[in-house]
Amino acid sequence: MNLMMLLEMAAGGMGERTALVCQGERWNHAGLFAGAGRIAARIRELPVERVSVLDVSSPAVPLALFGSAWAGRPFVPLNYRLTGPELEALVERVRPLLLITDRERAPAFRGRPDVTVMLREELLELARASSPPPPEDWPMEPEDVAIWLFTSGTTGVPKAALLRHRHLVSYILGSVEFMSADESDAALVSVPPYHVAGMAAVLSSVYAGRRIVQLPAFSPEAWLALAEAERVTNAFVVPTMLARIVDTLEAGGGKAPGALRALAYGGGKMPLPVIERAMRCLGHLDLTNAYGLTETSSTIAVLGPNDHREAAASEDAAVRRRLSSVGKPLPGVEVEIRDPEGKPLATGQRGEICVKGEQVSGEYLGRASRVGPDGWFPTNDGGFLDEGGYLFLEGRIDDVIVRGGENLSPGEIEDVLLEHPAVADAAVVGIPDEEWGEGVAAAVVLKPGASASADEIQGWVKQHLRSSRVPQLIRFEAELPYNETGKLLRRKVRETLGAGS
Amino acid sequence: MATLKGGTRLKSAVCDTQVMVIAAPAGDVALTCGGSAMLEATANAPRGTLDPEHKSGTQIGKRYVNEDASLELLCTKPGEGSLALGGKSLKLKEAKALPSSD
Repeated sequence: MNLMMLLEMAAGGMGERTALVCQGERWNHAGLFAGAGRIAARIRELPVERVSVLDVSSPAVPLALFGSAWAGRPFVPLNYRLTGPELEALVERVRPLLLITDRERAPAFRGRPDVTVMLREELLELARASSPPPPEDWPMEPEDVAIWLFTSGTTGVPKAALLRHRHLVSYILGSVEFMSADESDAALVSVPPYHVAGMAAVLSSVYAGRRIVQLPAFSPEAWLALAEAERVTNAFVVPTMLARIVDTLEAGGGKAPGALRALAYGGGKMPLPVIERAMRCLGHLDLTNAYGLTETSSTIAVLGPNDHREAAASEDAAVRRRLSSVGKPLPGVEVEIRDPEGKPLATGQRGEICVKGEQVSGEYLGRASRVGPDGWFPTNDGGFLDEGGYLFLEGRIDDVIVRGGENLSPGEIEDVLLEHPAVADAAVVGIPDEEWGEGVAAAVVLKPGASASADEIQGWVKQHLRSSRVPQLIRFEAELPYNETGKLLRRKVRETLGAGS
Repeated sequence: MATLKGGTRLKSAVCDTQVMVIAAPAGDVALTCGGSAMLEATANAPRGTLDPEHKSGTQIGKRYVNEDASLELLCTKPGEGSLALGGKSLKLKEAKALPSSD
């Protein structure tokens, strides 16, 4: 089993179909396949054990991903937003490696004996060369690691999540039908390559035969323009991207792309107000909420287009509520809610979301696997299942604030803060407190031109929730810290507010 | 034929068909394509003759199952021969609408 099987089938069954478009440059499946082969041949000549791309999206990413799989080396996409020292630390763990990068970043790595630097342009030239690709001799060991993805740990030291060929192939075969896309279908991929959704998008699209349209640098205007120009039919976005696209549409800064039919979103919590606004200005689209983790080869549960419509149209509160759920597990995936001792909980009870299935890895480099002996992986996400089997997220278990022995969910308090007319954004964290162990603190961003005092905000929370949830410290900020894919960097908020207490 | 496990790749002895095992029942599995026993994907053997009784073709990307779906194969290379278990033809697994999210 090897990821190459997916591209091999695509090249065999639809070789002439366009696989990839990036800034006007086009590749078909046959070309991608041959290119991957040439890259694999070069990788084998180099003293490297892993292959990394430190760059924005480009055809070099899928070529390097498949080339690595052909050559039997793990592919390790790196976050180009990291600082020099942070990247140094990662390279230390990945070397000896082939590092594919751009002209600006290359000099920092040249001269290191354990790093072979190749420019993106050089890789593309190599892939396009007329030399024959090697024989189809990629390794077939399902346990071989296909991809390392660095995820941020709560201590800040990134963990390398390992995805083996069998996890990724199972995920694709379990969620995509071969060649199911029409020739006119196109998927806009704007998530970065170092995010599991970026990797999943490449694999799914290749297997389905859906043309990938790459957007190397996201802005809502660029997204709308590209989606229109390339007649994009499908797109995947993270919540902050969707919020910005909706803002732009509502402000008259663009129009809904004419060919767009399906929009999937995930990678972070989708605030209900944003999805409701999206349904108003993009409601003709099929919307899908996808919940998954790096450790589970991306998506494990989806709230599909019909789920969205039924929930939005329902008069039954329990059904309406599902609009803020992440839907039901994929076929082949089991989900269970467990208490801190690992005991399964009943419907409606809140606990830790645990998951089991062939696509679930749960393994990290240099650490014991987090998959239990019974095959269940604890996600570290809190949540519950409703009567209909719909999964609701409650935020990361580690983010729970333990105040005087009571467990408080930051999400619950944030949702209330976001409902205040003057509040644009809010993050709630626990800060050390002599009396309570932990106290509740909030970082609040006000809407432009709006004003509210800390007292008013505390009063607001008290009106809606129990007094224990009222933030004892409120700090007004110009903005909250987010990473590129829209994940709130809660650790940074905790550091700022904790220092001030 | 020996026991099969998930991920194993097999090829036809009489046509171009290749498959990957997705699921297989325990024990010996008498899997044929075009009427002849299938081979390991890497085996080197001269091409045999296609049995006209098993000639309805195998299509790339489609899955084929037996009666109780204990055996499931994914066709990775198409060919003229058709798949059978213990002489009984496998049928096309219905393509469910899979929830797409990427």
